[in-house]
Amino acid sequence: MAVGTPFHPRTSALNKSLNWRHWSGYFTAGCYHDFIQPEYAAIRNKAALIDVSPLYKYSVEGPGATALMQRVFTRDVSKCSPMQAIYTPWCDSGGQVMQEGTVFRLDDDSYQVNAAEPTMRWLRLNSAGLDLTIADRSAAVAALALQGPTSRRILNACFDGDVDGLRFFHLVAGTIGSVPVTVSRTGYTGDLGYEVWIPADRAIAVWDALLDVGQPHGITPCGILAMDVARVEAGFILIDVDYISAERALIPEHTSSPYELGLGWAVKLDKGNFVGRDALVAESARGAGRRVVGICIDWEPLEEIHAADNLMPDLPQLACREPVPVYAAEGQVGRVTTRCWSTLLKKYIGIATVEACYASPGTAVEMELTVNFRRRRVPAAVVQLPHFRPPRMRE
Amino acid sequence: MTKRYDAVVIGAGHNGLVCAAYLARAGKSVLVLERRHLVGGATVTEEVFPGFKFSVCSYVVSLMRPRIISELDLPRFGFELLPLDGTLSPTPDGDYLMRWHDAEETRRELARFSTADAEAYEQFGKLMYHLAMTVRPMLSATPPDPSSLAPANLAALASVGKTFGRNADHLYDLAKLMTMSSADFVEEWFESEPLLGSLSASGIIGTFLGPRSPGSAYVMLHHYMGEIDGQFRAWGLPRGGMGAVAESIAGAARSFGAEIRTAAPIERILVENGTARGVVLEGGEEVRADTVVSSLDPKRTFLGLVGAEHLDDEFVSAIKRYKIRGSSGKVNLALDALPRPTCLEGIEHKTGFPAESYLRGAISISPDIDYLERAYRDAKYGRFSRRPYMDIVLPTLADPSMAPPGKHVMSIFVQYAPYELAEGTWEQQREAFGDTVIDTLADYIPNLKDIILHRQVITPWDLEQKFGLTQGNIFHGELSLEQLFFLRPVAGWADYRTPLKKMYQCGSGTHPGGGVMGAPGRLAAQKILAEGA
Repeated sequence: MAVGTPFHPRTSALNKSLNWRHWSGYFTAGCYHDFIQPEYAAIRNKAALIDVSPLYKYSVEGPGATALMQRVFTRDVSKCSPMQAIYTPWCDSGGQVMQEGTVFRLDDDSYQVNAAEPTMRWLRLNSAGLDLTIADRSAAVAALALQGPTSRRILNACFDGDVDGLRFFHLVAGTIGSVPVTVSRTGYTGDLGYEVWIPADRAIAVWDALLDVGQPHGITPCGILAMDVARVEAGFILIDVDYISAERALIPEHTSSPYELGLGWAVKLDKGNFVGRDALVAESARGAGRRVVGICIDWEPLEEIHAADNLMPDLPQLACREPVPVYAAEGQVGRVTTRCWSTLLKKYIGIATVEACYASPGTAVEMELTVNFRRRRVPAAVVQLPHFRPPRMRE
Repeated sequence: MTKRYDAVVIGAGHNGLVCAAYLARAGKSVLVLERRHLVGGATVTEEVFPGFKFSVCSYVVSLMRPRIISELDLPRFGFELLPLDGTLSPTPDGDYLMRWHDAEETRRELARFSTADAEAYEQFGKLMYHLAMTVRPMLSATPPDPSSLAPANLAALASVGKTFGRNADHLYDLAKLMTMSSADFVEEWFESEPLLGSLSASGIIGTFLGPRSPGSAYVMLHHYMGEIDGQFRAWGLPRGGMGAVAESIAGAARSFGAEIRTAAPIERILVENGTARGVVLEGGEEVRADTVVSSLDPKRTFLGLVGAEHLDDEFVSAIKRYKIRGSSGKVNLALDALPRPTCLEGIEHKTGFPAESYLRGAISISPDIDYLERAYRDAKYGRFSRRPYMDIVLPTLADPSMAPPGKHVMSIFVQYAPYELAEGTWEQQREAFGDTVIDTLADYIPNLKDIILHRQVITPWDLEQKFGLTQGNIFHGELSLEQLFFLRPVAGWADYRTPLKKMYQCGSGTHPGGGVMGAPGRLAAQKILAEGA
């Protein structure tokens, strides 16, 4: 049975819809409202407050900490300054992605690793001979994502750190009320936004303070279903949905390299040795066999195929995680792993994995779609990810 | 004129019934003969005390082949599995380790003892998945004989090779699993005592080996590779007890036209010129059949019913050497109320879940590996364990029909109980054995003695006398490497045939071995039909 996060006393009082999701063994609100649109709209127009406490967090400290980061992660952590964050995948020895997540460099020899799945074992296995300590801080640290255009104003009103000077993927420490917190300018929505890392035993005070000062700025508690749509628009892949962790994959075909996931930019082959490097050197020379791409379903044929059965187009308001085949002339060439209707873009979009020769933006393909209980194929185009990225995310 | 059958099957245990059902399904006239007054063999439900029904011997289902359930449409005949959720392992200091159905919840429980174990557990599960996938096809195939160059045999060997090829990454692990002790195998992965104890215990069940004995790791896989509803390692409680499983197979067999006679003990198998011609019942009645199939263990079949005089010496000595040492007993309790383990005192306050939810799965008394090894040491020298390993279920939590309202039945599988006692007989020692079990368990469940209404103690001797399991071995012979696959029960006779013409074996003493699996019965029927019986 799942348990509540440190915010459960507040989220459970608000979650009138009783729409709960299980996330890493925790109850998290799927959607507080009857439908996700008010919460999605908050992400793009106001500020959404999202409980992301179920993320796994590890602290790595000591003289050997940087060496461990360099050994495990594909990016060059030495380029990351104190109080800066990086996004990076990490691979098994075969160069297949185990996870991707963010790494906070808190000091020269001190890091916080944020991961979707447990990763203590992997960090420990790779720390042989290194002088460092690794601690699982998952339960001790609560986390809130504050995402949306007014999020900066809200933090400015309650947080004593320098928010205006906080650049994208950087961190600042300070207090909210009397609670010491770390604020990172990171998030999973592709919008202007922050994540606030809070001692779990004082989580409620921070929730209350944010909601209090956030009121005039439209702060809205938001469930993870709205965030799921936002992340598809932002082109952010999700573990076990858009790819399978090499740790969990049951057959080799189920694994993916960073190049296949479109994360080749995050693989620094010249930084020195790291786990999976040999395999990735070979793959970078060879080229990835398949690619994660954006997909956009053409409107007119979609409308026509429904109209032929006297139906309105059936548009998924929630991100749909049931994979569907992608076809080209000679047969199946991939799958759409997540798809949704973007109310913002007015487009039926998705994240797909296709064979490399179909990965160029503009390539015409077809996606399987069930219309009136019959499997059909609708024309779609491969597009560049992200689907949506407002300048305010980085500004 | 007595009726002549195409096939007579000796023993209405689950394998005998499965074999009969498949033969009848193929249009053969089949008679099953059972010594006891009810079908099931060691897969029975009996109302031992008024109102209290027990799965007297076997008590949970996992290995039953999905293909048999489907082909015989067993649910139509009353086969229904209720979920067994998790394993509770109480520790002597009043704490516990709970492994739930839910992976996240299990991870949290394991992390109370070791974060490393919590994360390794999923990877261990993945390894066992692959090993089970490697072995799984062999559960549905007659083992090929590596010494034979017959075309069909070579094809079967190639098929095994293909399975290994598909799982080539895991062959090293399989080799380790086949040769290591269960303790060594799990110690490569984990560090916390209750987890090591609880996992390695799967390697000793039904086997005269300790957790540190090489070979016990395979037995662990044998208990890991069961599947229910597409999930490996899932175990279920049959509604109505294990007897309902046997009844459902009997129902399927009858629906195909098979006849089943109970209270029909067999004196001997009729052999004429090296060919089996039928059976002679106690009392002299003869039943003639074209084919005779025995679901009894190899020792009872060949040394008992056939008789050494009809077999060559080499075969007879191989059967005599076949290892079938009993190692376990059972204590079945009728309870006035639910047991209240020390480790669950105030649990609802701590975790939010009522104590009852922790009792819906198995309860494993296996606090650490040394505990199990010490229990084995007693048995090696002819004594039952002074502090035994126990695997306990409370079927009434899932199936209240097993006891009067508000009452419970408790099934306690106990190991070790050697068949050969150094001192005294089992008839003399039975109650002392029962007392030891209750005393040990009462250390973990203080209210146990207050709620016991009745108890049934079953020793290896009882398993032999009452249920016909030679030496009380629940698997019809140990699951040790030298008696598995093409060596089960003996080299050269792993394809269900016997040295007698028109006679076959279909019990757990044949591949793929014991457990309520049904596979030997099905494979034997296939062999019989292929040979044109």
